[in-house]
This record gives sequence, structure tokens and C-alpha cells, in this order.
Amino acid sequence: MFIYLAKRLVVAFCVCIAVSLLSFGLMFLVGDPAVAIAGSGGSAQDAEAIRHAYGFDRPFMVQYFDWVGRVLQGNFGQSIYFNMPVTEIIGARLPVTLLLGVMSFVVALVVAVPLGIAAAIRPNGIIDRLALLLAVSGQAIPSFWLGLMAIVVFGVWYGLVPTSGADTWQGYILPVIVLAYSAMPAMMRITRSGMIDVLGTDYIRTAYAKGLPTWQVIGEHALRNAILPLVSLAAVQLGVLLSGSIVIESVFALNGLGRLAWESLLRADLPVVQAIILILSLVYVMLTTLGDLVNAWLDPRIRGAR
Amino acid sequence: MASTFHHILLSGACVAAMFATPVMANKADDTLNVAFALEPEPLDTYKIAGREGLILARHVYDGLIYKDMDTGTFKGLLAESWTQPDPLTMEFKLRQDVTFHNGAHFGADDVVNTLNTVIKPDYGTRYSISVDWIREVEKVDDYTVRIHMAKPFAGAMEMLAGSLPIYPHDYFTEVGSAGMARAPVGTGPYKLVEQEPGVRYVLERFDGIYPESPKAGATIQKIVVRTMPELNTQYAELMSGKLDWMWRIPPDQADRLQGRVQVISAPIMRISFINLAPVAASGDTPLADKRVRQAIGYAINRDAITKAFAGGASETLKAFCNPAQFGCTDDVAQYAYDPEKATALLAEAGYKDGLGLPMTFAAMPRPVAEAISADLAKVGIKTQLDELQYAAGVTKWRDRQAPAFFSNWGSYGVGDVAFLLSNFFGGGADDLVQDPELVDWLKTGDTSTDPAERKEVYAKALKKIADEAYIVPMYSFNVNYGLSQDLTFQPYPDEFARFWQSSWK
Repeated sequence: MFIYLAKRLVVAFCVCIAVSLLSFGLMFLVGDPAVAIAGSGGSAQDAEAIRHAYGFDRPFMVQYFDWVGRVLQGNFGQSIYFNMPVTEIIGARLPVTLLLGVMSFVVALVVAVPLGIAAAIRPNGIIDRLALLLAVSGQAIPSFWLGLMAIVVFGVWYGLVPTSGADTWQGYILPVIVLAYSAMPAMMRITRSGMIDVLGTDYIRTAYAKGLPTWQVIGEHALRNAILPLVSLAAVQLGVLLSGSIVIESVFALNGLGRLAWESLLRADLPVVQAIILILSLVYVMLTTLGDLVNAWLDPRIRGAR
Repeated sequence: MASTFHHILLSGACVAAMFATPVMANKADDTLNVAFALEPEPLDTYKIAGREGLILARHVYDGLIYKDMDTGTFKGLLAESWTQPDPLTMEFKLRQDVTFHNGAHFGADDVVNTLNTVIKPDYGTRYSISVDWIREVEKVDDYTVRIHMAKPFAGAMEMLAGSLPIYPHDYFTEVGSAGMARAPVGTGPYKLVEQEPGVRYVLERFDGIYPESPKAGATIQKIVVRTMPELNTQYAELMSGKLDWMWRIPPDQADRLQGRVQVISAPIMRISFINLAPVAASGDTPLADKRVRQAIGYAINRDAITKAFAGGASETLKAFCNPAQFGCTDDVAQYAYDPEKATALLAEAGYKDGLGLPMTFAAMPRPVAEAISADLAKVGIKTQLDELQYAAGVTKWRDRQAPAFFSNWGSYGVGDVAFLLSNFFGGGADDLVQDPELVDWLKTGDTSTDPAERKEVYAKALKKIADEAYIVPMYSFNVNYGLSQDLTFQPYPDEFARFWQSSWK
């Protein structure tokens, strides 16, 4: 198990290095950051001054190592747009995204897993059909449309919840539901198919033959095996939710990390973009590594195989 | 998000609004709720490029003078009066009864300290054009200052009116640009009482404003500004009465909102145009031939494009300038839609079988670029459209790799052609023509203090630009505002919302 863990961590580390280098380089490929910062009214002279002030005229690798050096000391630099430390800006936006992401994940999981199991117990039964309907519509309906409709119906027509913003906890109700609804189908379908596979195996028949009650067969024998692919998927889904949904954050005017990343990209605020990409890639790497470890703990065959 | 979806969404939102019970809480609690789609920048005017941040800043800070957009005249703001003893010196008598939001008393030291700080290159003022004409500011006495200019500059008054606010010197020295942005202190009609940078701003009327200020007399007590990136969300809030002011509504959606809320369309300084480069990095270019450039002018049905895509208060341009700008004239060669003439000119230039032309466009809607491309195809010019972010597009233009560049220019919201012509024909990096005659005329226009002389040289320059067809002027922009039925609001072509003039009906 220790060797397995060490291998996973080395891979994770390499991924982080590659991501940081790529993200740093990509920003320069899109266009001259100095011109982008100068804005649509900026003259060539303004761009030149900016290029010099921010050191964009130095060789690429010098800029990269300079940045890595500072990041290792926990300094992500100053935001060009906000003229504030990047950590402070991200610190202000992170809670919104974390809250939204984690709550949506929990809601999605709480709905998806029981529904997936119920659907698998009687394939093609009424619950299965309803679950399928829910999953298909969840995947097919664009979340920004659903979000806007929810605003119109619950915010404007009935005035039950705030239409936008995160000033109160009620402001999270609609975004969490809408975001969870888009994350739920994949988890539910994978739980269902995993359960159907497992329920058809010999050891489940044996368990029933031993006279074990259904809840024990499902809960103890079947679920543990069926849940393996769900763990990997859930790790990725949580990563997606935590990286902030640009669409949901925009529709509900929540000022989270996703929108910050998008806006910073448009205004070439390099220090912010680079910090966000690095942080999010670390989150992804951590979550997938965690997913692998949980799977290895659940299934001894994975530990042995590598 | 695709704009096609917006139609569906807006219709949905409209239907919803018809059933909604109107909530008109904002007039009742005297709070103006404003939404911007873009995040305002930190509130140090000298470092702001975007309109959103500048609008907020103009409510908080005052400059020495004020431009009255209704009459086009300059009035004293922090300055009571001014004189120009010689072409390179301006002297200002300052008001004596002005206090800053933090209680500090205003005087010459504030002016001297602020301006002498922001003209230093290491301060990082965003637009060098706004300060590079000042060499030094000198204190004559407690209420008199002199600005010594580095060069004659016709736009000096325009810059002093709005772009160069005065900060309280003790506070500014202590906290610097970042501190100023964090907790702005000015002399303007509103003071900032709360901010989440880029997210939410609360402004409260400053009752200690000096009564002679042209910005005095605000009636609305409180302004809450929020960033709401999604226009559809803004529509929903506007129609449900939770929002009183929004802007930049696309023309098709403005039509649908009309009647449900107040929608007004106002022309602005920004204009769109196609730059044609007579030189190319690769050597030969068909655009080096004047007849090809003229043919492009004749081939595009600009009136139809303006009507279909810009709508509202937009107009097809007759010359490379906004009619609202000083120095603009339409007494230049006109290129009315005439595809036959275009074909004939192309044949004359040796392109009987047509030609290929890469066209780069940035910060313009794709459908407009496609309509232009379709018109050009009719006379045998096959365009390859290349959509880029503005930064990438303009870099390509400066590198002579974009023979035709379709984009727009806002002239910093200033009503003077100096801020448009000199950027593209004054000999700088954006000027690929490098016509010594044009450079010379524009230099005269930009430095002369004689309005008649300025008008004359700008007219000559505009005439030559049109004769040579260096640019295809397209149309002036307009902005659609969505307002609560209770609000009076006067828009201006410089795109600066003046909420101190707004009131409840």
C-alpha cells in the first residue's frame, strides 16, 4: 500500500509541474498580455510601458522560474487588475465556490446513490423509469436555462428566494439545486449500472441463498463492489464543482472562483489566472489521488495490480 | 453563451414579468440599485480603463474643471477660474470652501501633490495621453496653482475635466494608489461607504458638498452597485423591481423590453470602422492600390448594416469621426453603396477576377463581419474572416499582418477628433500609413489652441483620409439603458452615467 501511495504521489507531482508550465505558457500564446492589459483604448506606448513595468519583456523561462520561486514561498503576486494581493482576492471568492461546490456535491450524492440503487433493484420498473427521466433531463437541460427559469419562477413570480447574489443563505438554494441537478445524472447512472452488474454475480446469489436479508445483501455485499467506479467519478465531479461553475455563478451573480478565473482570463490578469489554475489543478490532483486511494482501500486487487 | 438562447430566455422572462406583482421598493427607500455586467476596477481613477470603475470614481472624486455636456462648455469644479498666461502655462484659482469626505480641507497642496505624483512614469498611470502633457505643477499660494505643460496639448481641458481627479494630499501620501482604491476619499457628490472590490459598492450622498459645484444637488440618498455578469438575470431583476438601472442591452432585446420597463437609446462616441493597411509585412498587398481600397468602400452596404445590426440611435458614418466630436466634418469623399462601381474599380486595378483578402475583426459582433464579408464577395473580394480578442487583433495590425482590421474606438469618451485621428494617423504604432502630411496636420491640430485653426487642419486630414480610402467608416455606437419606470436619467454620449443628476419621478 505504501509503494502504491508513493507512486501515486510522484505521478501527481509531475502532473502539477506540467500543468503549471502549460498554464503559464498558454497565457502568452493567446496574445500579448501587455496589449490586453492596456485595454481597447490603449496606445502602443501604453502597452510598452506595461510590458516593461510587469517584466513581460524578459525571457519566458526567467519569468516562469521567477513565478515558481515566489509561489513556493506562498506569494502569488499582485493582481494587475485589482492592484491587490492575489491571495486576498482568491481568499474572498473561494468560500462562495467551496460552499456552492460542496453543498451541490452532497445534494447530488444524497439523491443519486439511493435512486441508483433503487433503480437497479428493479430494472425497468417504475422507479427506474422515473430515475431515467430525471437523469436524461438533468443532462439535457442546459444549466443556465434551468437557472434562469428557476429565477423567474421562484424569484420573480413567487418571490420565495432571492433572484441573485449570496448575501444570505437563501441565495444559495437555487444555485445549489441547479448545479446538483446537472452533476447528479452521471453519478446515479453509474451507481445503477454498477449495482446491476454486481447483483447478477454468483456471490450475491450465494448471499441470498444463505438467507441473508435483502438490506444486508445490498448494503454490505453489493454496494461495496458497485461503488468503485462511483468513487472515481465522484472525485472528478467534486473537482468540477469546486473549480466553480462559471455558468451558474454568472446566472446567479455569485462571485466565486469560476467567474473570477473567466474574467481574469479576459482581462489578461496573469497572476490571478495562474494562481487559480495552479490551485485548481492541485485540487483535482488531490481528489483523483484520494479517489484512487479509497478504491485501493475498498478493493485489494487494485493495490496488488500496480 | 449563444445569443440565440437569449431570445428564448428573454421571452420567458417577459412572460414571467407580466404575471409578476410589481415590487417598487427602491423609490420608497431612496436607494438606486445599479447593475454592471463587468467588474469595476480599483477606484484609483488614474489606473482605471473600464467605464464601470470610472463611473463610480466620478461620483467620488472631482477634478479641477467640469465639462457641461448640455452646453459643451467648461465650468469650474474645484477651480473657481483659470487663465492661460502663455501657451505652456495654465493658472487655476481654487475654491476655498471645499472639504473632502474625510473632513480634510481642500487647497493647493492637494492639487500639486496629486498631479505631481501621477505624472511620474513609475506611478503607472494607465493612459499616458492623460498626463504626459504636464511637466510640473507649482503652488503659487494656498489657493492658486500653475500647471507647466510639457508640450502644447489641445486636449488639456478635456483631460482636466474628469480624467484628473484631485486626492487629499495627506491621505494619498500615506496610503498610495492601493489605499486610495481600498477606501476612496474625494470631494464628489457621493462618498463610498462600503465595497467588496469588483462585486458590490455602496455610495451615499455627501451632504457636505460645496454648493457651487456643478455636480451639487444630488437627490437620491443611496446608490448600490452590483456586478451581475448575466444580462438575463439583470432583466429579471429589473422587471421585478429589484434593479433600477442597467445598460448595454443588445438592440434586439431592447425592443422586447420596451414598454415593460423604460428603455432609452443614446448615441455614444465609440465608432466602428475597417482599417485598410496599404503596407504588409509579407511585401505585396492589393490594398496598396488606392482603387482597391475605394472599391471596398463602395462594395459595402453600410446603411443596411447599420440598420440591421446597430439600430437605436446609431448612424452610418460619413467620415472617419463621430459627428458629436469637435473637428468632425462630413464634407469629404462619400462612398455610397455602389457594387458596379466597385467592380469597375477592381477591374481597373487589374483584379477583374477578384481577389482574396484576410479580414481580422475584434470586439465587433461576428454577424456584422459576416455581412461585410458577404457584400465584398458580391464584387469578387473573397475575405477570410479571423476573429480575435482585441489585444491579439491590434497586435496583428501593428505587426502589419492584418491587411483589413475591423474594430472600434471609443476616443476615451471625449468629444474631440484629436483623440481618434492622432492614434491612427499621427505617426504612432497604430499608424501604418505614415503619411507625413497627415502627421503634420494632426500635430498642428493637437497642439494649437485656436479652435478655427484646429477645425481647418482636421478637415484637411479627414478629407485626405477619405480621398485615399485608408479607412471604411462604418457606424457610431449607441447604448441602450434599461430603467425603472420611477427613475429619471439623462444619458450622455461620453458613456458616463451621472447619477447625481438622477431623481425619482
